[in-house]
Amino acid sequence: MTRSEAYPLRRRDVVRRLLAEAGDLLVVTGLGAPSWDATAAGDRDLTFPLWGAMGAAAMMGLGLALAQPERRVLVITGDGEMLMGLGALASIAVQGPRNLAIAVLDNERYGETGMQTTHTAGPCDLAAMAIGAGFPAAADIFDEDALAEALPRIRSEPGPLFFNIKVRAEELPLVLPPKDGAFLKTRFRAALLDN
Amino acid sequence: MEQPEAAHWSNEVHAVLREHQVRQVAYVPDAGHRELIVKCGRDAAMTAVTLTTEEEGIALLGGAWLGGQRGVLLMQSSGVGNCVNMLSLAKTCGFPLLILVTMRGQWGEFNPWQVPMGQATPEVLRATGTIVFETDKAAEIGETVEAAARMVFNGPASAAVLISQRVLGAKTFGK
Repeated sequence: MTRSEAYPLRRRDVVRRLLAEAGDLLVVTGLGAPSWDATAAGDRDLTFPLWGAMGAAAMMGLGLALAQPERRVLVITGDGEMLMGLGALASIAVQGPRNLAIAVLDNERYGETGMQTTHTAGPCDLAAMAIGAGFPAAADIFDEDALAEALPRIRSEPGPLFFNIKVRAEELPLVLPPKDGAFLKTRFRAALLDN
Repeated sequence: MEQPEAAHWSNEVHAVLREHQVRQVAYVPDAGHRELIVKCGRDAAMTAVTLTTEEEGIALLGGAWLGGQRGVLLMQSSGVGNCVNMLSLAKTCGFPLLILVTMRGQWGEFNPWQVPMGQATPEVLRATGTIVFETDKAAEIGETVEAAARMVFNGPASAAVLISQRVLGAKTFGK
């Protein structure tokens, strides 16, 4: 058994709580399991779930946060997806959006391709990289107490914030959002801009 | 080759971007874009976003569009190669994507390391579903960006305007 199979936090529960009473929270989820987790918590118009474009999630969150400075933006992605777009951490830190939080669900695995280990199963520390990139606040979350403390900060503390949430490596039933990217885009914009 | 400040093509391009309500200007710098970057950076209506690699800009502008803002992405032709998979985001979701590419590896290039990607740039863009406008005269750049912007924002479409090294002048490193 590798260490992440014993982590106490479970991704579906974490995401359900990240999105509880989400209201007008604007959400982007990274491809693969984070998109399935968000859908399991309840498909919603103001969540944009990526099915591809690996490495895009954090930068989409930045573009959205800059366009909607009065709204809270949350990016929920995985360790593999974040690793593919690490430069985004530097680009986000330079902009310093106060309304943006990033939550990485770090199971130390590539979940969609056979649960191969990612760099975070080894010495790579994403929260430390976020700090190094210039994020004013970043932390690892390993347990329930830390998660409970982080949840309200993710919703309201001035950002940019980065939380690397260590979650158990587990294979879960797929809960898929709509797959049509144009539809996902249009319904998001209609919910955000047309009222 | 250098035009006087008042006549520089970047003035017209900046005006076109303003007219199309472009709000986010994302870039990895290139010498050919220097004047335009300065003008956009001084424009209070625009947010300049520096990128570590060009594909970040495609994701950024997708997020901007979700939030109701238009953007433009500036890069050198070598950056087109960095964007290939990310272009599928704009294509699949129908995010309007306007890219202005200053060319290297093309007209009298001094540095052979720039040539493979420079030569592949139009084909790579077309292969990923991007409309390509090629321009090699300074006087045509503004109207070409205008034509591209109309197709992008009325589309949605992905379009790139390639600005020839013939306009920009080939780097020589003093040789």
